[in-house]
Order: sequence, then C-alpha cells, then structure tokens
Amino acid sequence: MSSAQAIVIGASAGGVAALFEVLGRLPPTFAVPVLCVLHLPQDRPSHLADVLQRRLRRTVREGCDKERIVAGMIYVAGPGYHLSVEHDLSLSLSQEDPVHFSRPAIDFLFESAADAYGGQLVGVLLTGANQDGAAGLARIKQNGGLTIVQDPREAQVALMPEAALALHRPDHILSLSGIGQLLATLEPSAC
Amino acid sequence: MTTNRDTDIEIRLLIEAIYLKYSYDFRDYSGASIKRRILHAVGQFECRTVSALQERVLHDPSMFMELLQYLTIPVSEMFRDPSHFLALRNEVVPLLRTWPSLKIWIAGCSTGEEVYSMAILLREEGLLERSILYATDINPYSLERAKQGIYSLQNMHQYAENYRLAGGRRDFSEYYTAAYGNAIMDSSLRDNVTFADHSLATDSVFSETQLVSCRNVMIYFNKDLQDRAFGLFHESLCHRGFLVLGSKESIDFSAYANQFEALVRPERIFRKS
Repeated sequence: MSSAQAIVIGASAGGVAALFEVLGRLPPTFAVPVLCVLHLPQDRPSHLADVLQRRLRRTVREGCDKERIVAGMIYVAGPGYHLSVEHDLSLSLSQEDPVHFSRPAIDFLFESAADAYGGQLVGVLLTGANQDGAAGLARIKQNGGLTIVQDPREAQVALMPEAALALHRPDHILSLSGIGQLLATLEPSAC
Repeated sequence: MTTNRDTDIEIRLLIEAIYLKYSYDFRDYSGASIKRRILHAVGQFECRTVSALQERVLHDPSMFMELLQYLTIPVSEMFRDPSHFLALRNEVVPLLRTWPSLKIWIAGCSTGEEVYSMAILLREEGLLERSILYATDINPYSLERAKQGIYSLQNMHQYAENYRLAGGRRDFSEYYTAAYGNAIMDSSLRDNVTFADHSLATDSVFSETQLVSCRNVMIYFNKDLQDRAFGLFHESLCHRGFLVLGSKESIDFSAYANQFEALVRPERIFRKS
C-alpha cells in the first residue's frame, strides 16, 4: 500500500517516547491525518498535544466532538473520553465505561476507524502494558486495512504488541524507526 | 458470514424498529458509539446477530427496557468538573439573582447527580427556594433512581472532594444520610424538582427557563440532532438565559453558534445573545 486516508496509532506504557520516535520521522508536509490514543490518567488535563506540537513542529490537537478530520493534522485523544471516527469522517467523543481500564481506549478509535475507512486505513500498535488495541487492530485487518505492530523485542513494554500478535498476523512487525520510515512513504488517498 | 456492512444494515433496522414500535428515536445518535453499545448488548443477551436481538426486542417490551439500559449511558458524578460548578457559582449565580424566580432545566439528567449538585449550589446561594428545577431524561429507570437519590457511599469521598473544589461551603456529608453502604440524599433538596420523561429527539419545549444544563448528552448526538436540541434550548431560554454544556461539548459547530455567546468558554458556559 502506498496510499491511505488515515493512520491510527495506539500506545500505553512507554508510549510518549515511542510516539516521538515514529511521528518525528514523518516529513513536515506529511498529508495523511494521524489519530493517536495514548493511555492517560483520566482525572487531569493532558499536555500531550502541546508537547507533541512543540517537539514535532506539526499541528497537533486534542480531537473535539463533531470536528471534521483534516489532512495534515495530528489528533490525540484527550483524557476521560473515548475518541471515535464516524462514517462521515468526523470525530466523536463518548463516555462509555473504560475498556481494559482505559478511557480513552485504543479499541474504540481502531474499531470505529476500521469501519469508517475500511481498506484505506493504517493501524499501528506500539509499546504498552495491557491488551487494549489488539481487538481493534484485528478489526482493521479484517476490514482490509494495513496493520503494523512494534517488534515486542524492542518495545519498552512488550505486552501490548504481544497481545496484538496473539490475535492476528499483522502486515508488518517493525522497530519504531522502521514504522516511521514506512509511514513516511504514504500518500493521502482520495476520499 | 456476517460482514461489517451486514451489521451496519442490521443496526439501522433495529434502530428503526425501536422507533416504530416504542417511539424512542436513536436514529440521529452518533453512529460509532451506538454501534458499540448495541454490539455489547448483543453479546450480553447472548444473541447470535443484531437481527436476533431485534426479533426479541420487537416482540417483548420488557426486553426493550433492558436494551434501553445499554443504549443510554448513565455515567455521572456529583460536581463533575468542579471548575465548571465554581464558575457557575462565581459568574452565573450573581446574574441569576436578578430574576425574581428561576426555572432551571437539567436535560438528560440520568441518575440525578447533576440535579443534586445544582440543588446544593442553589441552596448555598439562597436561590433554591425561589427555583423550580425540571430534571428530564428518556430512561425511566434512571429517572426513578434520580428521584430516589440513593447513591453508593463509596463514591461520596470523590463527590466531597469535587464539592470542595467547586467552592462548596459546608461539609458535604451534611447533604446525605449514610445507611447500609448507601448515601441517601437530603430529600428537601428535591422539594422544587420535577422529574419528567422528555426526549430531546422527539419532544418539544415545555417551559420558559433561565438556565439549561445539558452536560455530556450532546456528544451522543449527530449534528442534526444536536441542532434540534440546541433549538429547543434556544426556544426555552428567556432573553439572556444561560446554556451550560459538558467539558468537551460546544455550540461552535452547530447552526445556533451565532445565537449564543460564551460567558466562560473553558467551562462551557454560554449565554443567549
């Protein structure tokens, strides 16, 4: 695959550094929108979007309810709410119970994006200490998308990538730098 | 094999069947979230497909009431987002005092936590006695629990902390009686509260109000339904009345964006222009 309509990335323990490593390899003009869920404490505001924006020199925003997904943007899920993609390619927030003790949960984003984008989606699961994201990544594959799992041998915490590998065979198992390089080659596909 | 597209078709049919049979309208709810909740219910009820669930729901009203508990989200706490209630107290209450009597609508009140929070705030500001609160929801079970005002004692530590951060002036435990692991809310808090079944999707405005609080409800609606709800609030609110929303909700993307101005934007407090 050389084109995609969107990229979704999930990470937990060790995820901030891993996100920097992957997103830092994308060119400044990278046009495919990127949506990220990083497990966060629920009860306080997060500075993740600001921190990423400063370090990456890209526009990074906390995803808002009913916001249209725009090319070239990086969105992160804010604390306390699940982030989903709707069929009309807008974002929505919700407060169902936490999944795998997490809200935002990676599975929410991955499963909804898999339904909205079908085969035009790339899903990436990175380091983490629980099983969130495994089912979502399998759904992306099932709906025809491309799946990438961080090599568990390299991951700071291997549980999350291993849980994903136990559930389905992804298209790629790569190091963080390999993931960044692969994503950097993607062109935005027409809607 | 059931494909993802088949499931989407089945979900549309189920939602349509619910509307036709029971007049509960989920047709304009946000798709991703309702799909997840329906699929969760399919699993919990041990149905093979969404269509199998539809058959049971269509022929058994008690089954629908059970499903309704999955379709609505009773996530709430007292003084949720304490800074919001602090802003209400500091910025809105002084303006509310200028009206001789107050009507306040808590739309989508779920199990009542927002209602008791608002009643406590109004009482401490000396406004509760001249207020009427309308607490509405579509879920009769939630409304019944809201009326009873009995909550798990375990949650009270968190609520007391929220209350303190929200500018509470007393000891939060003065507002409830502890018994058998539960906290029973002081019943005089709901003397001026009317609990009523009301749907933002299908019902119309029932009263003029000075303040509408609708928190973490709009996120479950698509844009069309959000606009319908904002339209009801706009119609209900008196000149310069207040609309307060959940911490991640905004009127900015709606057709009514120009009809309201932000009073305290970070706390989602808007005022009719």
